[in-house]
Amino acid sequence: MIYDWLFRLTGSETAAAIIQSLLPLFLFILPFALFAVLLERKVSAHMQDRLGPMRVGYHGILQTVADIIKLVQKEDIVAKDNDRLFFDLSPVIVFTGSYAAFAVIPFSGIFLGSNIDLGLIYIVAVTGLVVAGILMGGWASNNKYSLLGAMRAAAQIISYEIPTLLIILVVIMVSGTLNLYTLSEWQTSYFWNWLILGGPVFGIEKLLFIPLMMMSALIIFTSTLAEVNRTPFDIPEAESELVSGYHTEYSGMKFAMFFLAEYANMFAVAAIVSALFFGGFQSPFGYLGDLFNLPWLIPIEQFFWFTVKGIFFVFVQMWLRWTLPRFRVDQLMTFCWKYLIPFAFVILIIVGLITVLV
Amino acid sequence: MALKTEEMVLNMGPQHPSTHGVLRLELKLEGEIINDVIPHIGYLHRCFEKHAEAMTYPQVIPYTDRLDYLASMYNEFGYALAIERLMGIEVPERVEYIRVIMGEFQRIASHLVALGTYGADIGAFTPFLFCFRDRERILHLFEITCGARLLYNYIWIGGLSHDLHPDFIRKSKEFIKDFRPNLKELNELLTYNQIFIDRTANVGILPAETAINYGISGPSLRGSGVKWDIRRNDPYSIYDKFDFEIPVGTGEKGTAGDCWDRYYVRIREMEESLKIIEQAIEQIPQGDVSSAIPRRVKPPAGQIYSRVETPRGELGYFIISDGSVNPQRVKVRAPSFVNLEVIGELCKGHMVADVIAILGSIDIVLGEIDR
Amino acid sequence: MKTAEEIFESLKTKFSEAVITLITDKPVEAFIEAAPMEIDKVCLYLRDEEGFEFNSLMNLSGVDDANGEKVKDENDNEIIKGGTLSVYYHLESTNLKHKITLKVSTDRENPEVASVEEIWRTADWHEREAYDMFGIKFLNHHNLIRILMPYDWDAGHPLRKDYQNPEFYKGMKVPY
Repeated sequence: MIYDWLFRLTGSETAAAIIQSLLPLFLFILPFALFAVLLERKVSAHMQDRLGPMRVGYHGILQTVADIIKLVQKEDIVAKDNDRLFFDLSPVIVFTGSYAAFAVIPFSGIFLGSNIDLGLIYIVAVTGLVVAGILMGGWASNNKYSLLGAMRAAAQIISYEIPTLLIILVVIMVSGTLNLYTLSEWQTSYFWNWLILGGPVFGIEKLLFIPLMMMSALIIFTSTLAEVNRTPFDIPEAESELVSGYHTEYSGMKFAMFFLAEYANMFAVAAIVSALFFGGFQSPFGYLGDLFNLPWLIPIEQFFWFTVKGIFFVFVQMWLRWTLPRFRVDQLMTFCWKYLIPFAFVILIIVGLITVLV
Repeated sequence: MALKTEEMVLNMGPQHPSTHGVLRLELKLEGEIINDVIPHIGYLHRCFEKHAEAMTYPQVIPYTDRLDYLASMYNEFGYALAIERLMGIEVPERVEYIRVIMGEFQRIASHLVALGTYGADIGAFTPFLFCFRDRERILHLFEITCGARLLYNYIWIGGLSHDLHPDFIRKSKEFIKDFRPNLKELNELLTYNQIFIDRTANVGILPAETAINYGISGPSLRGSGVKWDIRRNDPYSIYDKFDFEIPVGTGEKGTAGDCWDRYYVRIREMEESLKIIEQAIEQIPQGDVSSAIPRRVKPPAGQIYSRVETPRGELGYFIISDGSVNPQRVKVRAPSFVNLEVIGELCKGHMVADVIAILGSIDIVLGEIDR
Repeated sequence: MKTAEEIFESLKTKFSEAVITLITDKPVEAFIEAAPMEIDKVCLYLRDEEGFEFNSLMNLSGVDDANGEKVKDENDNEIIKGGTLSVYYHLESTNLKHKITLKVSTDRENPEVASVEEIWRTADWHEREAYDMFGIKFLNHHNLIRILMPYDWDAGHPLRKDYQNPEFYKGMKVPY
């Protein structure tokens, strides 16, 4: 484990913990956000018969770096009637909420922030903090568009947490653990053992689980998509209606923090979906490290597979965004309360019966 | 303590991404439900009518371009037609054909902007660029013909400024060939998308009676199921020579006269425009395009109301001449000006997101509303 | 299909000659001139009577006839005294496919015309525009305020032939 190595290196538990908690930020989230913004632009551009950014660097690969430099330089505009304290606090809370979720995400067999047993519940809890931040920002901006956006966001995120939690319950019933690391380990390194294909169980149980788990994966992907406010559920931002929703009034680095939080969130939910249903950091078909007897290679491979899965789901999110129109606020609620939640309940009951009876 | 609620006033515009220009809508909201919509216009007022009184008749043409800047060809067309009728000028056949071809290309280009931005209003950004890709080719056709992409000054009183470019016919045919599959792609991507249908069907229903009483014209009127097209009902130029359908809204996905119907009428109108262009290209005669241009435009004292069917509806020019070289009065009956009036009626009881959908579906251009 | 003459003949049975007259000597089309205070009754009759069914108002435009006496005011600007302002109504029947033009003329100093807004809702904004541009007051209009100009524009009505641009509007220089 990286923590043990850092502990030996620094000789202090606190220093090791701090360094380790900063590692995902500097090693992963920042580079990933830079990459994801560029990816989003390129994906959208190529879907729309365009080229996207082409000027900064080869095929525009340094475009986001240039953007960050621009954002850092920008004046931090605070309107006179803003509630200064909450206005400043809001982007910090939103970013903290989405960043804290990374603490329990197992990037690889040896690299996870904190191996706590309540991992899944923890993620749901800390991402709930984002709602508070968004509401705060919308209220403190003293702008009607921001307020409407924040209200929509709060209603939406809280509603969509219910189907997410119900599906998490399903996963807990099948696997018997709340710990994401254990869950990933449990799904072993072959794709037929992934939870989407019934998990590492055999016999009649597996056959019964496959359709249920596929539906569960679809539901949790949809509801987490709504939780991160991406199209077709981007009504809190809805640039054609609400200008840009709760972050209309923000500029410069504060805006960049919302932006960073959005992309961090995108990866976080992609990571959750892949950890729950797609084997987490496990390779779909064994490890080269095992094959060639190179044990040090395995964690690197695991990291590779985890990132690939994460980026794939992020790509799917972008793909949806640039294809689908946006729901209206009442249709969004209808979709959650009338379709996702009842379906999730039915799956929960059936899975419960199967685990008890079979 | 009882909770108290109060009406919220939300100012949408003049700087807002989806009011299609500098339109300001004052929304009175109960939560997200609209109680009332009050449009405020005039932010783009450029004194067109006052300017026109100070200029000679031909000098007005470049100004008409700037009315509905997405359909400049048609504004010129309508103006030239009005003056020609007032003076009794006979226009050569070739000129009429070129005007019709240009007018119908302009209709397609304008509808592409309308549909693309409508998709963007609903939240689908990709169709917007697909539409602009095709519009770009039409603008290229205009550019090779008269040198301008947006404000042409091409159709003159009694003729045209230039004849067609030698490549024009070939490039038009290529465009028509490529455009039909693209239209089908747009239908698959947006028109029949379930979310899009949910957002637009049964929203902003405009009954036919109300529409006529409000003076609505163009695709917005036809979306309500009224078969009314000036090209057919009061033919001008040579539109009586062509075979084309007048699509009307049928309530296929919801109720007749909803946003989806108004949207779909535009899609089908583009197909009809392609048909007209194909026929016109087949039949176009040779000839001179500037032989009938009068040296001195001095209409007899009198008044005329002349109208054409632009992409947005009935564009009327009411011109009073006092027998001098300057018009005494030029009044533009702008289709968007009249169509926008109904928005308060349509939006009542809907949600904030629907205002955008309704506004996009009546397809306004602020240039001709504010003049 | 009815021509202006036929419509005029049928109108004569309902309204007296003092209310309406037929004008045929101007190009391009003949039109009917009506009294400004009776125009709403004429229009209502034309809309509802069988055989006319003018259910649509295509256009309504104010016009400055500029037929008054041109005099110089104290600042040596030419202004027009006396004469008339006119309003033209272009009606159409979408069922019977005929059209008619109506005209009313009203006194320039105190222009007042009966509103047709109740008859065709589309007249609402057209009448506001005519008020904005010419200062023609439409009686019984529910909300006769300026539409294209700023609501508090106090320098007169711009499409009148003798309109003078003000030097300043709220401290901003107007002529550019």
